[in-house]
Amino acid sequence: MEIAVISGKGGTGKSSIAAAFATLNERIVIADCDVDAANLYLLFNPTHEEELVYITGHKATINYDKCTNCGICESYCRFDAISILNNKVIISEISCDGCFLCSHICTENAIYMVQNDKSKMYSGSFRNGKMVYGRLAPGEDNSGKLVNMVREKAKQVAKENNINTVILDGPPGIGCPVISTITGVDKVIIVTEPSISGLHDMKRTLEIVKKFGIEAFVIINKFDLNPKISMQIDSWCTDECVHVIGHLPFEPQIVEAMVQGLSINEFDSGLNISKKISEIWNKIKNPTPYS
Amino acid sequence: MIKIAIASGKGGTGKTFIATNIFNTLLKNQINAVLVDCDAEAPNAIAFFDARHTNTIDVTKLIPVIDINTCTFCGKCNEYCNYNSIFILPPMRIIQVIEDLCHGCGACTVACEFDAITEKSSPLGKVSTFLAEGNHIIIEARMKVGIMSPVPVIKDAIKLASNNAGIVIFDSPPGTSCPFIQTVSASDYVILVTEPTPFGLSDLKQSVDTLNKINKPCGVIINRSDIGNSEVKNYLQKQDIPILLEIPFSKEIAELYSTGKIVSETVPALGEQLYCLVKKIINLYGNSSN
Repeated sequence: MEIAVISGKGGTGKSSIAAAFATLNERIVIADCDVDAANLYLLFNPTHEEELVYITGHKATINYDKCTNCGICESYCRFDAISILNNKVIISEISCDGCFLCSHICTENAIYMVQNDKSKMYSGSFRNGKMVYGRLAPGEDNSGKLVNMVREKAKQVAKENNINTVILDGPPGIGCPVISTITGVDKVIIVTEPSISGLHDMKRTLEIVKKFGIEAFVIINKFDLNPKISMQIDSWCTDECVHVIGHLPFEPQIVEAMVQGLSINEFDSGLNISKKISEIWNKIKNPTPYS
Repeated sequence: MIKIAIASGKGGTGKTFIATNIFNTLLKNQINAVLVDCDAEAPNAIAFFDARHTNTIDVTKLIPVIDINTCTFCGKCNEYCNYNSIFILPPMRIIQVIEDLCHGCGACTVACEFDAITEKSSPLGKVSTFLAEGNHIIIEARMKVGIMSPVPVIKDAIKLASNNAGIVIFDSPPGTSCPFIQTVSASDYVILVTEPTPFGLSDLKQSVDTLNKINKPCGVIINRSDIGNSEVKNYLQKQDIPILLEIPFSKEIAELYSTGKIVSETVPALGEQLYCLVKKIINLYGNSSN
């Protein structure tokens, strides 16, 4: 079973909650799909058993020995990546989408494509099972494909090690890497917080989850920071037939646990929040009607 | 003029909080400013202002339409497409465009030697303009739900703001990949907002590495500065990156912010501090060419 934890808005507590789920008794495969800003390795300190280079895409580069500065490439580029400055054709690495079109149409064969190959995927073990994560090199692109690779690897590792549950810690937002994280998963957990931003972003996240027809659960984290907006989220979810599976209190110890490299449940399983997290996990794993 | 991006690798550190409060304090001091919400996947800045909507432009991409009757199933369009968005089975005379994968680059149209490909426009999102009090402009990039990349919408929002003569504040998307880079590369200075936790530090390092790669000057605001540990400060000292401001955790701020209030209206000291730090940045980095 693949369970994705996502949020829309960043910083709502996705990774901390995913980490807590991953450290309740059973053996688990955890996949950090937030390849832009992977964090879980900080808590789990996994061994590196395998390391793979990931080609994120290509960038067009000009061979100035051949370039005649005719400017044809500029007229074809739809990403505003090519400009002519002081009679010289310049390609902006930032805007280039790697579509290859300029390299095809250049009559002088003066444009060649260079691979982006600094991003990596790692796979290894941590104290509760196996862990897979991707790290996008600074400034590199195409995180969705890297997420797919991380998920494929996680599934393979789960199968090889007879582990039934894969937890995916997702990226914020609702774009390509999030779509890659939730496509085909069994369950999605949306972690939100009681703020107007949290509510707005949760609505957009649910829209995308609904498009994929996946069962979604909402956790309202730090619900006590604004009980009024928490209630708004509750009633909005009721109207939309979305199951709010738990309310977690604001807990300053989460930071202390993180500093010590532990999940909140490992740090102190007696805390109210830790108990709540165990309850939520049981409900997700063993759904009973009308729970 | 100057363009300042408010960014962070980690989500939820307080980018929008800082961006909206800086904008508000400039507005209160009658300084010509534009706020651009570049977090097109999760745009939230507009909710903090009582602003009047004035204009919306649609952002689209051109995607191919293949005429089955003219198509010879030669496969050249498929060869040219680097995004695997053309599905072709010549023996079965099947050819299809997978619209979600298409980036709208136009390579297939160029590839086709038989004029079998025309193009239609497909929506990616919207760029809306609002006026806050005193006719200060807020521009919002909003990606359509279900679209893969926010970059085209962000680019158009930035373009729209670039005509303005005042101070432009970009509220950046989180992360360090393409949406973040588009935003920071259009700016003269980047304010990174972080929190002093291991997650915050790890993402801060990734952001700083990226900014170094594209040679952007930056400074850091440490939000919730009294939680976690001192590793973020040690790192910044080693890297010689200035700490612009430290904001301790406060339940009052969290509550005000959660209800969509501009915190500096209630906590004027915050507004004053942000005003001073922006003035310093303008003195050092203003009037550059971006």
